[in-house]
Formats: sequence, C-alpha cells, structure tokens
Amino acid sequence: MLKIGRKEYEALRQHGEETYPHECCGLILGRTNGDERVVTSIARAGNTRTDSAHNRYNIDPKDYIRIQREGRERGEDVIGFYHSHPDHPARWSPTDLAEAHWPGYSYVITSVEQGKAAITNSFELSGSDEGGKEFVDEKIEVETH
Amino acid sequence: MTKINIPTPLRQYAGKLPTVEVKAGTVAEALSSLVSKHPDLRRHLYTEDGKLRSFVNVYLNEEDVRYLQKEATAVTDSDTISIVPSIAGGW
Repeated sequence: MLKIGRKEYEALRQHGEETYPHECCGLILGRTNGDERVVTSIARAGNTRTDSAHNRYNIDPKDYIRIQREGRERGEDVIGFYHSHPDHPARWSPTDLAEAHWPGYSYVITSVEQGKAAITNSFELSGSDEGGKEFVDEKIEVETH
Repeated sequence: MTKINIPTPLRQYAGKLPTVEVKAGTVAEALSSLVSKHPDLRRHLYTEDGKLRSFVNVYLNEEDVRYLQKEATAVTDSDTISIVPSIAGGW
C-alpha cells in the first residue's frame, strides 16, 4: 500500500497537467514499513527525453542525485517514482516495465486527459531480480493532513 | 572509510543498512568490497559476466563516475558513493 497525503497526491497529478502534452516525472520520498510505503514528500525531476516527451520520460540523473541527497538530509528515502501518461491509461506499459529496476520501488502513473489529471494508479515493482520482475497493483491511500 | 549509500530496495541484501562503509582506493575497489561483504547484492548490480548493469549509475559525491575515471576513479575517506538506477519509461 502507498500512503500519501492529499497535498502530495494532488501535486504529482498537477505536475502532469502542467507538462501536458508531455510526460512529467519525479521522485517519491518517504519510508517503508513492511508492505506499506509512506510518502513524506515528492520532488519534480526533469525529463531528459526531449526527443519524445509525449510518450517517454527519463529522470534527469542530476536531479535524482540532488533530490536523494536533500531527502537524506531530512531523513527521507527515495521509495518510488511518478510519471504521467498524456491521453493514455494510468497503467504500466511494456516500456515502463522494461525500464523499471530493483523490485521494491513504487511507480505512480497518472493519466492526463486533454490536459486534466484523471486517474492515478500505483504499481509496486515486484520479483526477486531483474529477470523475474513484474508490476503488481498497489493500493493508494490518500490521507488528509 | 568511504561511504556507499544503498538504495532503499537493495537494503534487504545489505543487512538492512542505508549506508555501508568500505576501505578502498578506487570506485572499483569500493564496489568490490561492498559485494564481498554483501554477496546478495551482486546480481542486482552486476551481470553474470561481471559487468555493471547498464541501468546502474555510480556517483562519487555528486559526479557521475562515467565523466571521471569510471571505476578507476580514486576515492578517499571523505567521499560518498551513491548507486542510482536509471529510471525511465512511458506509454
């Protein structure tokens, strides 16, 4: 399960609206408690796939390393990533799976339809290693605080 | 000792530690020491023929070692190595 505050949930959805018709991307920070991942913050990242941003994202590694450091300074870990699918379903694609690594992260995807955030789903990358990885539906619990 | 930050999903293979300290003179020595101490990490970082997996990025402090001396990059006790995955996708 992914537990996320309303503010962070709306922020990652809004990011997709702002970058529409391109995919947005970012990091999800927090902590892991067994099967639960608790989100404490999200951080926008640049998409280096400027060649095909309408259907591809690649998190700018410079942003990743900075966000990770800043998170660690606050006691937060990188626990997942988010991106948007402009005018496409909020479900993982074969490309999403091929490019996801290290089972244990959450991947949050928002469908942005005609510029408006529609559905947001989360998937846990599961499996024992790169050869056996798969996405498993992960419930999102949005908290008000 | 050089610190190596362990990504969250790999901590289960590193004794649940967020950071592992190693004695090393280069990035290669540091990573070798890491997987010697925690052998279960090896398959998540390296292919079967011993190469770093293509999606694994190694940073010395905030510099990608590809733009330094790669795995031959020298490290000191005040350095921190981060192991960061390439994250991409799209519909």
